Amino acid sequence: MAWTRDEMAARAASELQDGFYVNLGIGIPTLVANHIPKGMSVTLQSENGMLGMGPFPFEGEEDADLINAGKQTITELPSSSYFSSADSFAMIRGGHIDLSILGAMQVAANGDLANWMVPGKMVKGMGGAMDLVAGVKRVVVVMEHIEKSGAPKLVKACSLPLTGQKVVDLVVTDLGVFEINRGRTPVRLTALAPGIALEEIKAKTDADFEVALTA
Amino acid sequence: MADKTRKDATQALAGRLFDGMTIMAGGFGLCGIPEHLIAAIRDSGIKDLTVISNNCGVDGFGLGVLLETGQIRKMISSYVGENKLFAELYLSGKLELEFNPQGTLAERIRAGGAGIPAFFTKTGVGTLVAEGKEIRNFDGEDFVMERGLIADLSIVKAWKGDAEGNLIYRKTARNFNPMMATAGKICVAEVEHLVTVGDLDKDNIHTPGIYVDSLVEGAAFEKRIEQRTTRPVAEKAAV
Repeated sequence: MAWTRDEMAARAASELQDGFYVNLGIGIPTLVANHIPKGMSVTLQSENGMLGMGPFPFEGEEDADLINAGKQTITELPSSSYFSSADSFAMIRGGHIDLSILGAMQVAANGDLANWMVPGKMVKGMGGAMDLVAGVKRVVVVMEHIEKSGAPKLVKACSLPLTGQKVVDLVVTDLGVFEINRGRTPVRLTALAPGIALEEIKAKTDADFEVALTA
Repeated sequence: MADKTRKDATQALAGRLFDGMTIMAGGFGLCGIPEHLIAAIRDSGIKDLTVISNNCGVDGFGLGVLLETGQIRKMISSYVGENKLFAELYLSGKLELEFNPQGTLAERIRAGGAGIPAFFTKTGVGTLVAEGKEIRNFDGEDFVMERGLIADLSIVKAWKGDAEGNLIYRKTARNFNPMMATAGKICVAEVEHLVTVGDLDKDNIHTPGIYVDSLVEGAAFEKRIEQRTTRPVAEKAAV
């Protein structure tokens, strides 16, 4: 059985450490907030200009002036702070954020990441993704293992325009967990989703990898 | 002290608008956008605009209304995913687009307002964003040169302001507004609450009045929400 979106988020949450400042991307990465271990202090940064993101507001208590980077209404905590987008990206670019968890279209064996553009098709923009992968200390990608078309997303070399070069540390997919280590070491498969055979994940992965299952 | 307040958005922009100009517009998504000033620019009919803004509103609101009227020639943005018309205009060649990483865009504006013509950043090195730009190695790492940005006019939205032009923003509606206030040759602000000079806490003014040329208290703010996400009230008792 492949991992569900929620199980992938839980897997990525094991990267969290007490005292971490963390930026979560849109989609599955947002779900990581639901898996912060009890008693662990993790501060969530929203790149539009907030530290200390709280949960969604109760119905009727939404505030148009209080949104996250996905434009969703959120709440503040007693510890929260607000600042400009320039200050926010100074935090990000300056290496003050411990961990960024974000989605991807492709990750290459050398740590390259593509997640912002499909030429001729998708015109959305990179938002803060290029700044995050350039500046944050550790970058974790959470993504489906293959495209809807069946094409592998963990590849030898990205065919899509890059978001960053040699920036990915770890990839969590619905089939397994891979250490990328920004291309400094060979890719290593460290965990398999329950019931997923090594042959299956090999068939669905373009990048070469070593097998080093830890648990 | 000069009174910088004007009676409405049209008055606040009077004499400041011309065809082909570059305008910076504050806001992130629909949060903290100068909605009255955007409407006044639409009504003015000026065209061939270059607009610098993180996003381009949504279909029918925010900067999206200036797309519908065909007043925008070029956008400099980081993300335009919420706007179907934008994608149509761009893919059919009717709209120019320059994508900047969000942090690079914020810093270009901050630098422009601070008199810094260029800076080096590692954001975007090795990507399309760095093509044609100077790359320089500092301490063993490559950085790309980005230029400071200024505009003919910046329009910003604040929570509170006074006749001197001192501004205070609220929560995440601050976003790009403070930098843009510094980077327009002219800055026009709209505020939710115009207060008496002296009422703002001087230690907590986000934009000092020197940057603001005129300001207006908006009438009714729509403050539309893009993604209304909530928890059921029933869960409240459990918290």
